[in-house]
Amino acid sequence: MADIDIGKRYWLAKPAFQNLLDALRELGYQVVGPTIRDEAIIYGPIERVAELPIGWWDDQEGGRYRLRQAPTDAWFEFVVGPQSLKHYTFPPRQTVLEGNQQADGQWKLTAIKPESPPTAILGVRACDLAALVIQDRVFLGSQYRDESFAARRERLFLVAANCQRAAPTCFCKSMNCGPRVTQAFDMALTEGADGFVVEVGSAAGAAVAERLPLKLASQSQVTQVEQRLAALIEQMSQGSESQTSAEPDSAHHNGCRSQRQLDTAGLRDLLFGNLNHPHWDEVASRCLSCGNCTMVCPTCFCSTVEEVPLLDDSQVLRERVWASCFTSEHSYMASGVVRQTTRSRYRQWLTHKLAGWIDQFGVSGCVGCGRCITWCPVGIDITAEVAALRSPQEIDRSNGHE
Amino acid sequence: MSPPIPAPDVFPNKSPVPAEQSGSNRPKLGVYKFASCDGCQLALLSVENHLRQLADSVEICYFLEASSRIVPGPYDIGIVEGSVTTAHDAERIRGIRRDCRYLIAIGACATAGGIQALRNWANVEEYLSYVYAEPQYIDTLATSTAISEHVPVDFELRGCPIEPQQLLRVISDLLVDRQPRLARHSVCVECKLRQNVCVAVARGIPCLGPITQAGCGAICPSFDRECFGCFGPQENINAASWIGHCRSTDHATSRLVQLLRNVNSYDSHFREAGDGLIAKSISVEPS
Repeated sequence: MADIDIGKRYWLAKPAFQNLLDALRELGYQVVGPTIRDEAIIYGPIERVAELPIGWWDDQEGGRYRLRQAPTDAWFEFVVGPQSLKHYTFPPRQTVLEGNQQADGQWKLTAIKPESPPTAILGVRACDLAALVIQDRVFLGSQYRDESFAARRERLFLVAANCQRAAPTCFCKSMNCGPRVTQAFDMALTEGADGFVVEVGSAAGAAVAERLPLKLASQSQVTQVEQRLAALIEQMSQGSESQTSAEPDSAHHNGCRSQRQLDTAGLRDLLFGNLNHPHWDEVASRCLSCGNCTMVCPTCFCSTVEEVPLLDDSQVLRERVWASCFTSEHSYMASGVVRQTTRSRYRQWLTHKLAGWIDQFGVSGCVGCGRCITWCPVGIDITAEVAALRSPQEIDRSNGHE
Repeated sequence: MSPPIPAPDVFPNKSPVPAEQSGSNRPKLGVYKFASCDGCQLALLSVENHLRQLADSVEICYFLEASSRIVPGPYDIGIVEGSVTTAHDAERIRGIRRDCRYLIAIGACATAGGIQALRNWANVEEYLSYVYAEPQYIDTLATSTAISEHVPVDFELRGCPIEPQQLLRVISDLLVDRQPRLARHSVCVECKLRQNVCVAVARGIPCLGPITQAGCGAICPSFDRECFGCFGPQENINAASWIGHCRSTDHATSRLVQLLRNVNSYDSHFREAGDGLIAKSISVEPS
């Protein structure tokens, strides 16, 4: 379709969806999208529509993730998996420098530029776009630009998908980061029964849209998808109390009983004002200090640099690797390890994420994707920990733990 | 037995290994075996691409797994595989300690007593009568213990087997007088770096990864299996929380005990966790 306007809404029928994958590939993008691997929905190379996890739901709770057949035939009713966009903008391990000792004994150092082809990522959710915008601030927002992040970021083409469901672990609405996609996309899809409402967010998006058999979306098509999104927003706004009577698999497709919320009012001052709250000890008794929350967090950006030498020290590779504030190395300095205890590490993570970021980057570091809750092996719940810190009394945790 | 000597995390202040030299003046290396399966020595031999470099960097003076050639000590670096299970072992390790400027214990046997430390909960005399036709010829201790319980150890490399790249790294660090630093954090960090899907969260399999030290590259979860704890406890192990969560999600106590009582069963943290589980299950479920 020619003459694509940013701001207009178009309609892509489901049978024509393969055209989108083909158009992206023809324009030189490697296409990555949600697909099932190892009993989870992860990002992987996508060539055919059949590789999408159509008809699958992900049940998520603290420390628990299970795929199951959806009671509907919708395409994008799953929520978020363990990966986020940071795997593509800030990969877990990258070689940044190579050093070789020359015959005369001098060292020749060569910076390694990231090799990443233009990449189109399909099905990106509002929380992950919000996280990308936050990482833009972290990596590109000061005079210290991260060029490898910039190079990868520039080559991303983002096809967003508005969420159809919320997992009980989702609280993007609390963080004002979703569920509606509002930013940082090239194209955004909102699923209806037999097609998608398509919005175009950039010139690159228009270039792709021009190759697709789009029509202007009809009022009824727009109303259909908007009603669904409005119901989801309503569900996420109401939180746990209003959902306690709803049965799983109810007509609202929520598939959950309690919707998490995080009260952000005065959060920065709450955290900085409670550095000695007894709850830090309580959460440390459950926290494994394993670092999973930081690894799955779409905004966590810490890395360390390892020098990997050959045995004879004639060559060395400098590798940048994700690091976690739940390890001793993270706070290791000449004087030793600053944060030895799990209590101090959890406190560091939470206060930095929800308070320190505001001072540092002008924005909270949490987008409410809920990954840290789902992928914590013991289901530690960031929303519950904040609630406990708000309460002068310790909340009852008689949940069967010893 | 004398109280265990804590194994230091860092090298003590010793004069450095002589700088790299040519000919027979290279630093001298000895590799010793105690009660073990030889797998850690084989892991060292398996790094074929680096063996020539290693042989160029150090003089391999004593390594019976690789060569019958023996150059008499003393040695600059001693690498010890295996646990102490006989009175003769206990005497021999003292001699080796005297012979080696740096002593590196490698593998779960040398650092925690190995799978054979399961004897520490059993009656060894009874075992002997099951296994040997003529048990009177067997002279063994009642326990299998780590090298550090007998002599001071300068560095411990965990694993069953060890990750040979870690050993090469420590040797190369020693050769240039550099402080070796190995990750002591959880396997989960490595698992996530490999972008594995968590087997505990996505499949409900009890996995020791969150309480186990990294170093293996999360090899078992990378092949759809749970972590078996080969590298022993991570630096901030919280076994009580891990066990509590596993029990609250209906994992059988017997399975958890099996996981904890594996190659690192006699490590103090795993031992305490396993013993606690058994004590609890006995008190809760009288037989």
